[in-house]
Amino acid sequence: MRRVYSLYSTSVGKKYTMAVSGAIFVVFVIVHMFGNLKVYLGPEAFNHYAEGLREFGAPFLGHEWFLWVFRVGLLAFLLIHTVAAWQTSRQSWAARGQKYKKQEKLVFHYASRTMRWGGVALLLFVVYHILHLTTGTLHPDFIPGDAYHNFVTGFRSLPVVAVYFAAMIALGLHLYHGTWSAFQTMGLDGPRIKRWREPVAIGVALLVVLVNLSFPVAVYTGILQ
Amino acid sequence: MKLKLHVWRQAGPSARGQFVTYETDASEHMSFLEMLDVVNEDLEEKGEDPIVFDSDCREGICGTCGMVINGRPHGPWKRTTVCQLHMREYSDGDEIWIEPWRADGFPVQKDLMVDRAAFDRIVAAGGYISVRTGSAPDANAIPVVQVNAEKSMDAASCIGCGACVAACPNASAMLFTSAKAAHLNLLPQGQPERYGRVLDMILTMEAESFGTCTNHGACENACPKEIKIDVIAMLNRDYMKALLKAS
Repeated sequence: MRRVYSLYSTSVGKKYTMAVSGAIFVVFVIVHMFGNLKVYLGPEAFNHYAEGLREFGAPFLGHEWFLWVFRVGLLAFLLIHTVAAWQTSRQSWAARGQKYKKQEKLVFHYASRTMRWGGVALLLFVVYHILHLTTGTLHPDFIPGDAYHNFVTGFRSLPVVAVYFAAMIALGLHLYHGTWSAFQTMGLDGPRIKRWREPVAIGVALLVVLVNLSFPVAVYTGILQ
Repeated sequence: MKLKLHVWRQAGPSARGQFVTYETDASEHMSFLEMLDVVNEDLEEKGEDPIVFDSDCREGICGTCGMVINGRPHGPWKRTTVCQLHMREYSDGDEIWIEPWRADGFPVQKDLMVDRAAFDRIVAAGGYISVRTGSAPDANAIPVVQVNAEKSMDAASCIGCGACVAACPNASAMLFTSAKAAHLNLLPQGQPERYGRVLDMILTMEAESFGTCTNHGACENACPKEIKIDVIAMLNRDYMKALLKAS
């Protein structure tokens, strides 16, 4: 425990916990995306998959046991990620009391500059996304248990599609810099890893964003009925 | 060439600063600092306070000079400190904004001069090796892997000017601290104190008023010695190892 505390007491350690929790979310969004690809197999396959998530681990685990452990775990990592981001951001904001009149952006790429506000946008999106397709609170025609129906009817409105598009752009930038950054922060820069971390970051970001965006587009254009 | 300079003037550490505009006639053969010297001679003739700025060797090796010119530490040229910048970069009628390094870890002393003692404290915490002094050791008594010798030399080329902190959107001192740790941690002579050094230097850096690294890479682009952020990854890695070793 003392080690965990001394790790977290410095900004270098806070970044490390952000890298580890971020890496978990990278894996999560990839798995989430692959799972949703089942929507292209039709209502039966998709609803079966959705039900399977609730029955995961049966017969050893009961109905939704795994799901709730998984949700609580994700929430815990989200908390760690967000609190560390908030604390390091505050430290950085305080470190330059007097701002520059002129400041050239010498950063490697634009994505790194979107991490803070892009992260806040993603947080708001996650709340909306849960209210939209998990609880159905913000869904005009939600049928509990019929995931395919909710999925397809949920993307028929243009403002909703626009929200998802904006969120996916924020996610792409966050994933690109985050994935690359995680390697750097964890000190994974051996000659072979170094060659791959940039392509991996771009690949992950493009894959997740393009596949995820295909869903609302497929619904809106009528490919998915 | 006629130039319009907007220079940050600040009477002291706690005084309120502001930009003051000066017009000057510069030759393209002058260095940037010589151009400021001429401005200062004019100011002194008029009985005004000259613009205070740091400089020493004026050949880019001491790390004393440094100012942000039109938003870029050390000015527009790559691989150079501000003393190596020459006025042929500019043309008649140009407007130039000159500011000090802006970071709470580097309090402004006067005008463009900042106090970089925070860097000294970070180096004092671990930027050394403990050896018996005496006659010079035999050359090649301790073999050094060629690759590590090169990497160590790259890190050791840090002149401690502070451009990394000045360029960093977070005003973080990670590139400096990492370079100073890496150049010793890459050599056999640096191994006995390696992990203690990493912890001490990071804790000292944290105690100063610097920000946190978010891997923007601005420091690498601003560094006059082109030190790569690879040294930051190495420090991050060594920090974890240090915590695991500490019991």
